[in-house]
Amino acid sequence: MAPGSLRVPFTGTRTGTAAARARRRRRLRVLAFLSPWLVGFALFFAYPLAATVYFSFTRYNLFTLEYIGLDNYKYLLHDGEAWTSMRNTLWLIVVLVPLKVLFGLGTAQLMTKVKRGGGLLRSVLYVPYLIPPVSATVAFVFLMNPGTGPFHTITDRLGIPLPDFFNDAPWAKPGLTLLALWAVGDVMIIMLAALLNVPQSLYEAAAIDGAGAWSRFRHITLPTISPVLAFSAVTGVIETLQYFTQPMVAGKVASGRADLPGTQYSPGYPDGSTLTLPQWLYDQGFRQFNMGYACVLALVMFAIAMVFTLFLLRQFRAFAGEEAS
Amino acid sequence: MTAAATSRQRMRSGSRARRALLWVAVHATAVAIGVMFLAPLAFMALTAVMTDRQALTGDLWPRNWEFGNFVDVFSGDMVRWTVNSVVYASLSTVFMLVSSVPAAYALARFRFRGRNAALVVVISAMMLPPQVTMVPLYIVWSRFELTGTLWPLIIPQLFGDAFSIFLLRQFLVTIPREYADAARVDGCGELRTMLRVVLPMAKPALAAVALFQFFYCWNDYFRPLVYADPDHWTLAIGVATFRQAHRVEWNLTMAATLLTILPVLIVFFLAQRVFIQGVTLTGVKG
Repeated sequence: MAPGSLRVPFTGTRTGTAAARARRRRRLRVLAFLSPWLVGFALFFAYPLAATVYFSFTRYNLFTLEYIGLDNYKYLLHDGEAWTSMRNTLWLIVVLVPLKVLFGLGTAQLMTKVKRGGGLLRSVLYVPYLIPPVSATVAFVFLMNPGTGPFHTITDRLGIPLPDFFNDAPWAKPGLTLLALWAVGDVMIIMLAALLNVPQSLYEAAAIDGAGAWSRFRHITLPTISPVLAFSAVTGVIETLQYFTQPMVAGKVASGRADLPGTQYSPGYPDGSTLTLPQWLYDQGFRQFNMGYACVLALVMFAIAMVFTLFLLRQFRAFAGEEAS
Repeated sequence: MTAAATSRQRMRSGSRARRALLWVAVHATAVAIGVMFLAPLAFMALTAVMTDRQALTGDLWPRNWEFGNFVDVFSGDMVRWTVNSVVYASLSTVFMLVSSVPAAYALARFRFRGRNAALVVVISAMMLPPQVTMVPLYIVWSRFELTGTLWPLIIPQLFGDAFSIFLLRQFLVTIPREYADAARVDGCGELRTMLRVVLPMAKPALAAVALFQFFYCWNDYFRPLVYADPDHWTLAIGVATFRQAHRVEWNLTMAATLLTILPVLIVFFLAQRVFIQGVTLTGVKG
């Protein structure tokens, strides 16, 4: 189908030149509407992506640039910190992401059952998601510190031992997981919308057939909302790949070091347990100014993110051509 | 009374008891989860009004209510950080709207070759971690001697934001074509049709992307950390360093933290529906 042919039903009666002129005008119009974004795409997406590949073969510190072939890539194989960060990211993908999706689904399911105060509950569970991540992290480091933190005060009185989350290497990631579960709001709202979209008639039919609650959930709810579950899981993974603010701030506040004169913070406190790939990239690129090597780390991130983006694109393709009639 | 009738009656009352039990269970869980979600905020607020000495104890309840802490917080650089955050977030939002709305309109309304390819590129750009392109962009901005300021984060918004374009496009395709066609028959140009006819119907989506953009910038930590020098620090960076600057004054730290949350809460309660609709729009169609 020629572009725009459907939009002008009387093309046939016009003269050829007039039709050609109209088509050119339409093409210019599309270009005009898209131009800011097209320029932005070239300047802030295509160019820097290509430049990242180029710089990855160099040693560059903003002042001197030297071509070093594959040395940066070879270094990656021996860079213990890079592997630590990837192991941490894998932990977060395997533990944090599924927990958050399940918790989102659970709270949404609860929301569909609550008859009284449902609106209030929805607001209460949604609001923490809106809280600036830096503020939420600072607050959690305080709330969960063993000396003066209210959480420990309460659990101590109840006789439940609580770990020193953000200062104890094996507990730092579970601490971050709790923080992430507190911000479950967006996942919850998406799940709630999906649950409410399940046709009520299916449930009624199943109830007549004598299906129990679990069987209804397993055979009706899950299949209907599975695309939304997949969407949440994949966006969760992509967000986890970029996980920067919470581990960085938690490490800084818990270790008591910050970007003040005389204090330098190397990400990962305690003991590399919160080090993630973007933090290591930041450290290499913008604190140590190993910009060539930072580009290698960027490409690793890009490769992993692309795999998951392709999966999302396949989901989106189903409605990419869809339009209001 | 026959045996069958009594058994039916017993069954009905049994299911009524079960339903009541379920009601209690559901609402008890809801209250428990609600309390757990509010607890962090409550303890932050209580700590924020303690004296600095008491904040260093395990106390949960403030002895003297030091509301002055919220004023003391501003003795340092807090005012400058707030101004920087507001400037950064507002300019970004305005620039984003100006550049992204036409692009979203074109992707939703016009038929042209490569439209689906363009949409794929938008989604890919939306998913691209910002860290991937950071090094070359930093190098470019350093050539323009703009590193140290927030301009490297604001100027790109003049050239479209992938997430906003995608979200707006998702909304615009749901507006029936007839409205725009009618306007065109009446002799409206495409730009006038967009501004006068389509956009007024897209107000909820416009509000959603504007709010998301504003709070994305307000909450942003990574990108200002890369670019801004201490004169251009935003609230997010400032609050992250607050505890170090003020030694161990947890009360002031909590007060400052609460102040960064406050605008978000106010806007949320004023525009709740916009938020919820916006979030739903991004997810449900996947």
